[in-house]
Amino acid sequence: MTDTLKIDNLHVSVEGKPILRGVNLTIRRGETHALMGPNGSGKSTLGLVIMGHPKYQVTAGTMTLNGENLLDKSADERARLGLFYAFQRPVAIPGVKLADFLRHAATNVRHPERKEGEELMPMREFRRELKGKMEQLRMESEFARRYVNDGFSGGEMKRAEILQLAMLQPKIAILDETDSGLDADAVRLASQSIAEIGREKMGLLIITHHDKLLEHNPPDFTHVILGGRIVETGGVELANELHTQGYDRIRQAYPDADEANRKMVEKEEAAAVA
Amino acid sequence: MTATLSQPGFDQQSFDAFLHARNEPAWLVEQRREAWQSSLEKDWPARNEEEWMRTDIRLFKLNQFGLPVGPHSVWARPGDKVGDHRQDQSHTESGTTLTEGVDLAGRTAAEDSRPAHSALKAKWADKGVVFGSLDELVHTHGELIRKHLFTRAVDPTYDKFSALHAACWSGGHLLYVPRNVTIEEPLHCLSAISDGGVDLGHTLIVLEENAEATVMCETASPRQEDSGFHCGATEVILAPNSRLRFVSLQNWGHGVWHFAHQKAIVGRDASLQWTLAAIGSRLSKVNQHVELVGRGASTQVNGVLFTEGKQHISYHTLQHHAAPDCRSDFLYKSALQDKSRTVWRGMIKVDPLAIKTNGYQRNDNLLLAATARADSIPGLEIQCDDVRCTHGSTTGKVDEELIFYAQARGLTRKEATRLIVSGFFQQIFDRITIESVREALGQAILRRVREYV
Repeated sequence: MTDTLKIDNLHVSVEGKPILRGVNLTIRRGETHALMGPNGSGKSTLGLVIMGHPKYQVTAGTMTLNGENLLDKSADERARLGLFYAFQRPVAIPGVKLADFLRHAATNVRHPERKEGEELMPMREFRRELKGKMEQLRMESEFARRYVNDGFSGGEMKRAEILQLAMLQPKIAILDETDSGLDADAVRLASQSIAEIGREKMGLLIITHHDKLLEHNPPDFTHVILGGRIVETGGVELANELHTQGYDRIRQAYPDADEANRKMVEKEEAAAVA
Repeated sequence: MTATLSQPGFDQQSFDAFLHARNEPAWLVEQRREAWQSSLEKDWPARNEEEWMRTDIRLFKLNQFGLPVGPHSVWARPGDKVGDHRQDQSHTESGTTLTEGVDLAGRTAAEDSRPAHSALKAKWADKGVVFGSLDELVHTHGELIRKHLFTRAVDPTYDKFSALHAACWSGGHLLYVPRNVTIEEPLHCLSAISDGGVDLGHTLIVLEENAEATVMCETASPRQEDSGFHCGATEVILAPNSRLRFVSLQNWGHGVWHFAHQKAIVGRDASLQWTLAAIGSRLSKVNQHVELVGRGASTQVNGVLFTEGKQHISYHTLQHHAAPDCRSDFLYKSALQDKSRTVWRGMIKVDPLAIKTNGYQRNDNLLLAATARADSIPGLEIQCDDVRCTHGSTTGKVDEELIFYAQARGLTRKEATRLIVSGFFQQIFDRITIESVREALGQAILRRVREYV
């Protein structure tokens, strides 16, 4: 059976405020999906909810991976089932070397039955693999000895996320604005890396409002999210249209969603000011 | 069992019996009597004193414990061979933690404040190094000890506990390194007590000019829940150009009351690296004081505190610049679980003549539970213009976003917490140059880290 992430009628709130209002989305292994939408539309929320961020409350709907309910699972359980989320804003973990972190992560994800305290994957095997992946991403080997995201530039953080994606080889990967902060060269490398992992080996959800990553990874499906709902789904031509013409047509075609989006943005701005 | 080990109470009668049984040189008997008198005259610390207002010892009852008088400890056993690589098989479940796989120059142990066993490699003894039980060596090296014991470093009249210690110290450790001798391997000092036992050990370390040594001290109880009473002192005296790496691990049972005065005197161009870890005891109150007395002296102090349950650990540190061109760098990090509490009160003191002082102090606290509390009080007292002194402190909870990030990569919440805690201490571990110590401390702490809630 093809690995399938299936989201049905997903409603999500944060602190009682609804953000997602009935999202339907199915991603199968081998498919590349683009999720596009204006600010405040709920793009990142969807990515974080799929990964199981505790801040969000799912108030209705279902989410399964290969038929297994995800909603009662913690983030680490979801990672071990084969989900990966590349953070839009990765956080630093001072004092923890990227290599040590990644060895622990890779061991857990590849051996979902591993118990706390059991052996990690052999150091030599891990190092060899990591070295290969880093060379492919043109990362200095010194990078692995640095503390996770600590003092990394924006571009370095995104490359570190791609490196982790490459090492963890998930079934379904969500890339949240992974192209922002990367120059054209780095986007090309990241795309090559995704190609190397094999787009056919995973389902990809690329969250973006640019199209840099999409140029190299033309989506099979493009979803437009507005006001917490996916209002339109198309092929690569929809991504191209949004890139060249923006969201005016979408906003006019779905005035209710547009209104909801405006309110969400206003609330966010009010909260930011307060 | 403890009744056979100690005379109950710290009254005049038991003190006299204690003195009588020891048969010590007259100068020492005199010193003890003076200190005893001082301990009688001193009040217990008042709740409103700055040093004690955050550290409540109302439940401490001195007379539940007793002076170490009478037959040798039931722990007594033949001394280990020096250079023996296996872990010390003391009666503690945990054994010694710092010596795993380490080739030692010598080791000494006190059990229930009595000398247990000592050994020093012959090549160091031949060079004039003196190492072993202070209690025993006072009979053979009285004049050497007399010159340094309570003369320059620890002041017996500082408070009730320092006076009590100076009157009643027993067991303890001595290291003396003559001029120009560099001891390559570390020396190890163990202080162990049985449940309900007492340790009144005094540690005296003297390095003469251009001498060098590494000393690792640790304390232990048989089981983590065991009680007891430690009233101790450490004196470190470093002559010009000498270099000491000093590691101390306080790993008593969680029922032990720990009161300690620790002071180092650092001479011209001498250097002291002092790494301490405090993970044991029910309540600790430690005065840690480094005085830089000669031009160009330097010290680096690395403190690691980890508390859980209802543990309370209080450190009052003083880095005293009494000479020009000296450098001091104090870094303390504590991680707190459950309802535990730490107090760190640090002071940099710079005398008027101590120009070109470079002083730094920092304290970072990581709260692993909403019910834990860390008090951090840095301070400066500078009487000289031409100095560079900086200090800082932070106290914060574990960032949930860090835990989520690690969980999103497949680490459990507990693994994520442990990782974040180990990262928090890494800055200190990076400064510990002895690998076995770094690993032992790291493991001792991480074993105790539970899931962050």
